[in-house]
Amino acid sequence: MKNKDRISLRSQRTLKQKTMIYLVVMSLTFLYAFSLWSQDFSIASSQSSPGTILYRLFVVPLIDPTYWPSFVERGWQMIETIAIAYAGGIAASLFALPVAILAARNSGGRASYLGKLFLNAIRSIPELLFGVFFVAAVGPGSFAGVLAISVNSIGMIGKLYSESIESIDQAPIAAIKASGGNDLQAFWYGILPQILPQFLSISLFRFEIDVRASTILGLVGAGGIGVPLILSQQQRHWEEVGVILIIVIVFVVIIDKISGKIRSNLV
Amino acid sequence: MIEFKNVSLRYSNGVEALKNVNIKINKGEFVVIVGMSGAGKSTLMTCINRMVVPTEGEVIVDGQTISKLKESKLRALRTQIGIIFQDYNLVKRMSVLRNVMVGRLGHTSTFNSLIGRFPQADLQLAMNNLKRIGIDEKAYVRADQLSGGQQQRVSIARVLTQQPKVILADEPVASLDPPTSHQVMRDLKRVSKEDGLTTLVNLHFIDLAMEYADRIIGMRDGEVVFDGHIDEVTEQTFEEIYGRPIREDEKRGDAS
Amino acid sequence: MKRKKTSSSKVRLFKPSFYIKLIGVSAGVLVLYYLAIRQTNASLARMLSAFPIFFRMLIEDFFPPDFGYFPTVVNQLIETFNIALISTTLAAVLAFPLLFFSSSTLNRHPLSYGGMRVVLTIVRSIPNIIMVVLMVAVVGLGSVSGILALMIYSAAILIKLTSESVESIDERPIQAIKAMGGNTPQVIRYGVLPQITPIYLSHILYVLEINLKASVVLGFVGAGGIGQLIRRQMSLFRYDRLGLIIFVLFLAISVIDYISQTVRSRLA
Repeated sequence: MKNKDRISLRSQRTLKQKTMIYLVVMSLTFLYAFSLWSQDFSIASSQSSPGTILYRLFVVPLIDPTYWPSFVERGWQMIETIAIAYAGGIAASLFALPVAILAARNSGGRASYLGKLFLNAIRSIPELLFGVFFVAAVGPGSFAGVLAISVNSIGMIGKLYSESIESIDQAPIAAIKASGGNDLQAFWYGILPQILPQFLSISLFRFEIDVRASTILGLVGAGGIGVPLILSQQQRHWEEVGVILIIVIVFVVIIDKISGKIRSNLV
Repeated sequence: MIEFKNVSLRYSNGVEALKNVNIKINKGEFVVIVGMSGAGKSTLMTCINRMVVPTEGEVIVDGQTISKLKESKLRALRTQIGIIFQDYNLVKRMSVLRNVMVGRLGHTSTFNSLIGRFPQADLQLAMNNLKRIGIDEKAYVRADQLSGGQQQRVSIARVLTQQPKVILADEPVASLDPPTSHQVMRDLKRVSKEDGLTTLVNLHFIDLAMEYADRIIGMRDGEVVFDGHIDEVTEQTFEEIYGRPIREDEKRGDAS
Repeated sequence: MKRKKTSSSKVRLFKPSFYIKLIGVSAGVLVLYYLAIRQTNASLARMLSAFPIFFRMLIEDFFPPDFGYFPTVVNQLIETFNIALISTTLAAVLAFPLLFFSSSTLNRHPLSYGGMRVVLTIVRSIPNIIMVVLMVAVVGLGSVSGILALMIYSAAILIKLTSESVESIDERPIQAIKAMGGNTPQVIRYGVLPQITPIYLSHILYVLEINLKASVVLGFVGAGGIGQLIRRQMSLFRYDRLGLIIFVLFLAISVIDYISQTVRSRLA
């Protein structure tokens, strides 16, 4: 056999590569086998058909005048949700500033590792857990929601702020100092114009996420439209759920549109 | 082999890229097209595999009038025409051998090529072509690990593996340094002579053109202003083609 | 440079409209903040003064955690992980073919491209809780609803992230393959896939991280996982058990994030 002369499309794998592939394939197979085996896929379906429920969710609230007033009421609760996101977002932007300065390599120096660790830890905690904690601490209501949003958002805002601080162009600062400017002038004319639009854009971007997050926070009693959402869902009051779904979708899409417009003007 | 009959081409923005071009290129010729940028060299080439269609006249390749070809026949024609690009156009994250096998795609059934099953003869052909260019030891290396000159030589091997009748090379050495440029041109000329291929090369370096061409076609403003055997060509000829004295930066420099 | 200085035209560092804009924007931000604080009763001062409460809460109520509750937590954590893994996998399979419809380099049909874009934008902007509630209502209680909801949501994210990479791929090799007589499937297999596969895998892992965090929510509305434990223990005011849940979740998510980020940094 002239097997030696055969050419394959791929090079012969070394033993190390073979072992690696074997390990990856085996662990993935095990992972999926275990998760499919341990997972219960049963569904407790309700008596009504999906069609009926969809009709009650999205059609009845629009055509039955008895539900029209609740659009107004839910609209105000949505505004409360947005207020929670906004108040939390502003507070988070302020709290994130010192952390970001600490975490950025060029401003934080050696301590930047600590700052980054802190920001990573916050980002790996789901917003709902912050909600649980703050509702437990200060009781249910929108105050707990604002606290949860503000602490949770520090993670992402701080990370993006610190990245934008790290990307500051040093040349203009050097130029200002070389022509006799002091530190404050260097900051005011050299640094601020570089980072301010980016910071605004980052905070606005996080605000879009926070509106969604504060909708979820209502589930643990942290105020806003999530509270009536979970109550109506438990009572299977689908028309009421439908009103809330419609309100949330409409508001969120509008906010994303406006915020996206502003952000594209900023940068 | 390739014939242009009264070919004119006007782009939609009104630029006249080709004006009444009449040339006939014979089988096995190594032709270098020279001229300043914007003279219509690239357009002339892209007419041959119908990436652009002339507004007037006929292009005949291997006996077929290509402007009349249907889509299916066009694919068959394109497998007969190998192209070498200025930027090599390799898939960077793929191994050298796989990149060379891209040349066989037009000859392989869709299903087999999708699952990566190629006939052993094709793989032998690809490896042999890498050997001819002298980079067979890099066969399983990822293309982005190679230098520019090596990448361009891989693309020569790719074109050979396509087993075309014609090779079109559009500024193949524009991104390379002088010694590498000479090596690539030498390899290209050698293999195209060995396989009896008809080769068209666009160049703007006049010393490279003088050294490697069998025949030189000069273009200015979309017109063929010179067409002759390399023996007839002197630096004066280039000054006539360019319409001005030759500058030093229009020479690539020596191989050494 | 010569600059004429006349009394009528003052030289200004910034245009007057710049200051007007600056003041306008700042005033707008502050007024909105004032309204938001009135609505939520959450001034900065009140927030800062609440900090001692948090520490007392952490030390007295959440600590020490009830470790006897650990087996139950792990059990539910496994279900949460299963939901995240299965929904991510399904999303990866679903998103892959759709990817090619939603990137302008490959799909030049304006109607189907535009349609895909609009649907994706809407799906992504809806909070995922809305999708979960919808699925629980239509499909029924249980983890299947949770899996479906996360799948749709994360498929949209995957397509969004990866189609941007598809649009920025190197088109030159594609041009070469076409010129050599390759057809569209061959162009995708040899020109597009080698360029996007590592990026796609990396995005799948990123979506797995997101889904793990998002799947905590599911239990609150009856779609399976650890959320149902949180809800029950909250209503019982068992903060020692909540402390354990939060601690275990934080650990699990950190471990998965770490693994995922290590693999992702090697893929790129």
